[in-house]
Amino acid sequence: MVDEQKMLLNVKNLKQYFPIKGGILGRTVNYVKAVDDVSFTVYEGETVSIVGESGCGKSTTGRAILRLDEPTSGNVEFDGADLLSLNKKEMNRMRKHLQIIFQDPYASINPRHTVRQILTEAMEIQNVWPKEKRDEKVIELLETVGLGAHQADRFPHEFSGGQRQRIGIARALSVNPKLIIADEAVSALDVSIQAQVLNLLKKLQRELNLTYLFISHDLGVVRHISDRIIVMYLGKIVEIADKKSLFENPKHPYTKALLSAIPSTDVDNKKERILLKGDVPSPIDPPKGCRFHTRCPFATELCRTEVPELRSSSDTTSDHQVACHHAEAIESGSLQPVVSS
Amino acid sequence: MEQLQEIDNDKIITRNESPRSKQRRDIVYKILANKSAIVGGVLILFILIIAIFGPLIAPYDPVAQDMVNKLQPPSSEHWLGTDHFGRDILSRLIHGASITLLVGFLSVALGATVGVFLGIISGYYGKRTDSIIMRFMDILLAFPGILLALAIVSVLGGSLLNVIIAVAISSIPIFARIVRSSTLSVKKLEYIDAMRALGASDRRIIFKHIFPNVTSPLIVQATLSIATAIISASGLSFLGLGAQPPTPDWGAMLSDGRNFLYNAPHVALFPGIAIVIVVVAFNLLGDGLRDVFDPKTKD
Repeated sequence: MVDEQKMLLNVKNLKQYFPIKGGILGRTVNYVKAVDDVSFTVYEGETVSIVGESGCGKSTTGRAILRLDEPTSGNVEFDGADLLSLNKKEMNRMRKHLQIIFQDPYASINPRHTVRQILTEAMEIQNVWPKEKRDEKVIELLETVGLGAHQADRFPHEFSGGQRQRIGIARALSVNPKLIIADEAVSALDVSIQAQVLNLLKKLQRELNLTYLFISHDLGVVRHISDRIIVMYLGKIVEIADKKSLFENPKHPYTKALLSAIPSTDVDNKKERILLKGDVPSPIDPPKGCRFHTRCPFATELCRTEVPELRSSSDTTSDHQVACHHAEAIESGSLQPVVSS
Repeated sequence: MEQLQEIDNDKIITRNESPRSKQRRDIVYKILANKSAIVGGVLILFILIIAIFGPLIAPYDPVAQDMVNKLQPPSSEHWLGTDHFGRDILSRLIHGASITLLVGFLSVALGATVGVFLGIISGYYGKRTDSIIMRFMDILLAFPGILLALAIVSVLGGSLLNVIIAVAISSIPIFARIVRSSTLSVKKLEYIDAMRALGASDRRIIFKHIFPNVTSPLIVQATLSIATAIISASGLSFLGLGAQPPTPDWGAMLSDGRNFLYNAPHVALFPGIAIVIVVVAFNLLGDGLRDVFDPKTKD
């Protein structure tokens, strides 16, 4: 299915290092390697999710693609254009096609502007509709996201969290984007509202042929909305697969542990919880070799010295890629976890 | 749940006028409930009226000399007495009010404009721009305000306009610092990122989204700075660097009076009192406004 589709976003070797300044002279003493050599592709019309625990670099990846923070190095190709080589003006014009929905609906819209002002300003910036049609378009957008025309002249504080998130979505839609990066877009909402907003996003995708890069830590949400899933750990991609393959047949020990943390409602079918020991190491000085080796029950000497490449394993399709030296051995049972007491 | 919320909102809307005017009204109520803001505000209003209608109220010509009646103590004829040229002190004070306020307002307006601009640029762009601007501000701050103003006036030459410029320059760093710190906190908000993601120009973000959010501390600081500016300007006039005679400037009048402090203390006393009243009034208003706009810093 994926092969026939057009490549919309192609991220290659993206790195985002944040310098740590120290000393009286403010010299750079070290770097936080928030995103370290990440490559993936998003095809037109699909929803790709990036999951991982906090601090794994998933939001940073999203922000780097949009150049909200300038990436340290790498390549971001969007619809045939190399985003990182564009100058500020060209990039601003390009932003029409890439939009973002933020996590916190209370912080992401200017409290001093009415909904109409917010949406009109977005259209004005990108000059997407003729002036006299913008008012009409505002109403249309509000109705698209499930708000009423009578709410156009209200201020953000008069809306609930879910409604505000809809305003955020309307603002992102107002410039007719092709790709929307949803950065924890539903994490701040109540579960019932989450479902409404997710369904809205799905509906919009069908109607407007949108492509989503969905960043979340919530596996339930990710399972609901994604076509393909990228699992990140400490600034690196550990596994990429389509939803079904990942949930049914996770390859990487980290993914397995992550999936085992989803609570099960089925009493008869008790899953084994894989408990990881220790904490996520600091991204300032990440472990050598495989970054997960400090917590991995299968870790061997090889894992401690050599960085595993992202590759497709023998028993999966080429779309299922994993960054683990021992994916096959773990699968076949020839490598047993080291149980420490 | 959302529907419930909607119904609630509708009720609020029909009962009240637009929410923005409601917000404004709340602030007005808070200011009216603040005693020091009221006292300061009423005093300033009173002085403003005097400054505007002064020429109509003043009983005598402020520059007309009457050597026969020089250094007269307060009497029914000259309420606040006369100075060493026999000029009516009350008339001179009334005429001087407009000069004092003008110097205060103009110098702060000028200083704040430049300071706000530098502060926003500094906070928004950060990095090297920030370092250069703020180190320059540090240099200005290292001088005591009056000394800096004195140095500037000595270079530019003594005149009322130069005093305004000098006081304005010495007030720039305070505004730059305040605005920079507010800009830094506003810049971090997600909606600024949202505007950047939409492709908004820096100019649009700065003027439409950052500036409106830094105005509250600005208003407070401006009010307090007017008081300081008036003191500095009076000080410069006292030293003979401000308004030139026979302009009825309060600082200059104070300076004239010091030669007759023993036999005619009223010549220096009344301009002194006038300066104190104006400065206290602006300080009271400024403190009151601070309590209203920024309740966190209240002691």
